[in-house]
This record gives sequence, structure tokens and C-alpha cells, in this order.
Amino acid sequence: MSESIIQIQHLSKTFGDGTEAVHALEDINLDIRQGEIFGIIGLSGAGKSTLVRCMNLLERPTAGTVTVDGQNMTALSERELRAARRKITMIFQGFNLLMQRTCLKNVCFPMEIGSVPAAQAQKRAKELLELVGLGDKAQAYPAQLSGGQKQRVAIARALATEPKVLLCDEATSALDPTTTISILNLLKDLNRQLGVTVVVITHQMSVIEEICSRVAILDGGSVVEMGDVQEIFSNPTTDAARRLVYPGGVVPAQFPASTRVIRISFNGGTAYDPLIASLAIDCGVKVNILGADTRNVGGKAIGTMLLGLPEDSNEAAKALNYIQAQKNITVEEVPDYHE
Amino acid sequence: MSEALINLFESWGIAKVPEQIAYLSDFGTLAFNVWETVYAPALATLFAYMIGLPLGIILVIGETGGVRPMPKALMSVLNTIVNLLRSVPFLILMVMVVPLSRLILGTSVGTAATVVPLTVAAAPYVARLVEISLREMDRGVIEAAQAMGCSPWQIVTKVMLPECRPSLINGATNAAITILGYGAMAGAIGGGGLGAVALMRGHGRNQIIVMYVAVIILVILVQIIQSIGTAWSVKSDRRINPTETKRRT
Ligand SMILES: Nc1ncnc2c1ncn2[C@@H]1O[C@H](COP(=O)(O)OP(=O)(O)OP(=O)(O)O)[C@@H](O)[C@H]1O
Ligand SMILES: [Mg+2]
Repeated sequence: MSESIIQIQHLSKTFGDGTEAVHALEDINLDIRQGEIFGIIGLSGAGKSTLVRCMNLLERPTAGTVTVDGQNMTALSERELRAARRKITMIFQGFNLLMQRTCLKNVCFPMEIGSVPAAQAQKRAKELLELVGLGDKAQAYPAQLSGGQKQRVAIARALATEPKVLLCDEATSALDPTTTISILNLLKDLNRQLGVTVVVITHQMSVIEEICSRVAILDGGSVVEMGDVQEIFSNPTTDAARRLVYPGGVVPAQFPASTRVIRISFNGGTAYDPLIASLAIDCGVKVNILGADTRNVGGKAIGTMLLGLPEDSNEAAKALNYIQAQKNITVEEVPDYHE
Repeated sequence: MSEALINLFESWGIAKVPEQIAYLSDFGTLAFNVWETVYAPALATLFAYMIGLPLGIILVIGETGGVRPMPKALMSVLNTIVNLLRSVPFLILMVMVVPLSRLILGTSVGTAATVVPLTVAAAPYVARLVEISLREMDRGVIEAAQAMGCSPWQIVTKVMLPECRPSLINGATNAAITILGYGAMAGAIGGGGLGAVALMRGHGRNQIIVMYVAVIILVILVQIIQSIGTAWSVKSDRRINPTETKRRT
């Protein structure tokens, strides 16, 4: 087991005081391992942004400690903190590029701050732009780029100081599904090539499924579930997890006991309509859509869907086999949903 | 030619036409009056920015939740001073700073002496203009800079000022035009320039034509400043996507 890069112990964050106090985070304990892609998921207001902002001390925790790469962040002075932040960089939903600087100068920016000689900074910035696939956009201004390209520049900028950790706060939430996939693939590649630990904050299940190895589910300021993505997704044990895993607020416990329910994740493959249709045509099996949370872009689907299989066990097996054979689709049976 | 002009104006019932034509055709004097109109406000704008720019920056970064929070007491003192100076009518302010002009320049009359009251009046105005520009700054970008380990000084010099450049230029244009107007007003009290000419000849000696010419020159000056300022601001703004501009036309 690899060692941990971020350790969070008994972290709490309260905004305001007295009757107006908002307990954004309560007694969070997390251990993020070196080199992994760790997901933090939760509904809006769960405290995800507050949690990442506590990791680089943009937000000072009310209680608890944050250790990054062996350094207790909460004990550092402002000056030491600024140096430490070069090891734990961040990308954002809104990209936050400097609009009056070219892409190249944007990537140079953190190096300029760290007094890297200009020539050396430019050289490295060019390499980084190549790495994210924007070698030809060095002299363009951010206003001339698409959202996906802007996020690539932001990623190149975040890598300029050779960080150990890359924090991504809803980094793909402003992007369309196709671009989302391409950015997620880039993050995956960078994680593999450079060994940078990636922390992904999102409210989208598909993002977690696409790239994360482990996930923490945040609800009302607390971590309610944590573990391997596969385990949590195939067997969510808390209400909060179920709400995220099952689309559209579907409550599987309300389905008839005789129905086998499967959960399908679309990872950018064929759209779901043809799947259901071809299931009927090719296998002669009709399935029941219990809930769906998918988005269709350019014939590609991203998201999840819950299907009730036919009561006949032969037909059910046939349908399951057929779906499992599809590309870009993962299938799990929803176990023991009747408590 | 000028005979005909004089007759024309006199036929309209305008008095003292030959005198006025004489002044207006004396190019040297007129040019000197224009120069006086420009240089005092120009100097005052420069000095006003030397005071108002840092002050405006402090008003933004010093507030609670700002990039470099400062004591609440200090912030409210600064805000009060700015508001007080801005609420005193310029003519009254001019009289009030006469001792200050004497202290700094040894005199309180003449065009140069108007630089002092102009600066005192303009500095708080400039501070507010700078404040308004800097408040347009996207919070997210500042947060990103903080996350990259920028110090407050670096955030001001490398993020806020360059990112707000087009808006700051617009503010400076606005300031220069307002100060030019104040400068013309200062002509009323001991200053020189076109304002003084319009007032003393136009109003005092009933030289209507001179008054209108002075006003027209002032209007042209304002137009020139505005055009240069707007063009510079637009040209320096990298958010204006060239491909987008092309599509619009
Ligand atoms: N600076 C602040 N002052 C007061 N309350 C705050 C502040 N920042 C966050 N909160 C509160 O803390 C809670 C968690 O907010 P946070 O932004 O971390 O949620 P989130 O999970 O990131 O949500 P979203 O998905 O909408 O971004 C919310 O109730 C929010 O109102
Ligand atoms: Mg958030």
C-alpha cells in the first residue's frame, strides 16, 4: 500500500458564530494516497469546496489538522504557506485564467511568482502546453479559446511548479460531456505519466466512475462513506450515497421485490435510446426504465440509468448478457435493495 | 475679409467685435491660454493618481475578506476622508486650500497654484474610480493566484492592476476630463487658461464670441482626451476576441 500524501484529521470548519454559525465541515478524517486519483462527491452545499480549500489552507480550518506531504499545513506561517502551496495546486470550474495574458504567460505565471528565470520558465511553459495538447495556442489569449482549451491551459499552469497534488474543484462542471471526457482522460494520463496525485471534487457520478480509484461521499459536512469506487457504487449503504448513485432520486426499496434491478453507467458510448430499442429488437426482451440521469451529446451518452429486468429469469439473464457485451457501458446489479 | 466679418457680427447686434477679433487672431496668446488650460489639469491628474491609485488599492484590498485586510478603524478613517473631500463643492474647496497652496508653492494665484486645489479635489475622486475598476476583478482569479502562492503585493501588481488595465484606463480618461473641467472653473479664481478667458472676457467684458470660441476649444479638448482614452482602453483589452469582432461586423 502506497503512503499517504494528504492526511486530514478531525477537520472542522464553521463559518460565522453564535446563532448564525454554519457548520460547513464536521470532524472530517481522510487519507489520500500518493499517486491515486481520489474523488470527493456530494450534493450542492455538502461542503466539497470548503474541504478542498482547507487542503491548501485557502480556508483556515476551525479545528483539526491537514498534513500535505508530511508538512502540517495548519502550523505554517503565511510565508511558509505560500511556499507550500506550490506543491498542492488547484484548477477550478471557472478556469480563472489571467485574461490579459497569453496562454504561454499564464503558464509562466506561477514560475514568475517563484522567481524562475524567464527563459527557463518560457521553455517549461511551452513543454507543458505541448503536454496538454495546446502547443499551437501559446500566443493566443484565453478569450480566444473554448472552455475545454481554457481548462487545459489551467491544468498546464497548475503543473508548472511540479506539484505533488492537483486539486480539481468541479473542473469539468462547466464543460459539455465530450469535453469532460477529454479533460478527464488528460487528468488520468497526467496522473500516470507524472505520478501527480489528483483530488477530484464533483457532484457528478460519471466523473468519479470515469477516473477515480477511491471516493469519499460528503453529506451535510461529514464524510458518510469512503472506499473503493467499485464497492461504494455497487453497494451504497447510506441514504446520501444512494441518492448520488441512483439517478433522479429513485428509491430502489420501493420496487417490487421480484424485480432484479441493474444500474448502467454510460461512459460516452452509444446513447441509451438505441440500447433499449435494440434490446427489444435483438433479444425480444423489454426492460423497465426505473430512473435515468443521462445526458446525450452528439449521439454520446454520459450518466447512469436504473433498469428493472423482466421477472422471467431466462429473459433477465439474456438482457443482462446483452447489455454487458456493449462498449463503454458498465453494469452492476443493485443488491439487496429491500432492507 | 475681417471687415466683412466685423460687419456681419455687428449686424447681429454683437458688441465690441473688433476687440474680440483682435484677441482671437493673436495666435500666440490664444495658444498660451490653451496650454494653461491643459498643463495644470495634466499635472493635477498625475499627482492625483500618485495619491489616489494607492488609496484606491487600499480601499479594495484592505477591507475584511480582502487580499490584505487592514484594521477596521483605518479603513473607516480613509473612507470618511474620501467622502468628505468629495462632498465639498470644488469652488469652496479651492478657497479652503489657499493656505496649502501658499505653503507648497509660496503663492495662491496663477495657473500653477491651481494644481494644488485640483489635486486635492481629484485624488479622492481618482481613489473611487480605481476602487470601482478593481472591484470588477473576478474573485476566482484572485483565489487562483492565492492558491499559487502569490503574496498580497504580487496579487496587486501582477494580477489586479494588469487584469483591470482597460477599466483603469477608462477611469483615467474620466478623471482627466473631470479635472480639465475643474481647471476651467479654477480660472474663475486667479487661474489662467480658457476658463478664465471665457469668464473674464465673455462674462466680464461682454465678449460673446470669445466666450463661445473658448468653450468650443474646451469641447474639442474633451473629445480628444475621450477618443484617445477609449481607443487605448479597447486596444489594450485582450478579452476582446479578434475572431468575435470580425464576426460582429
Ligand atoms: N465564506 C463562507 N461564509 C459562510 N458560509 C459559507 C462560506 N463558504 C461556504 N459556506 C457554507 O458552507 C456550506 C458548504 O459550502 P461549499 O461551497 O463547500 O459547498 P459545495 O459542496 O462546494 O457546494 P457546490 O456543489 O454548490 O459548490 C454551505 O452551506 C455554504 O453556504
Ligand atoms: Mg463548490
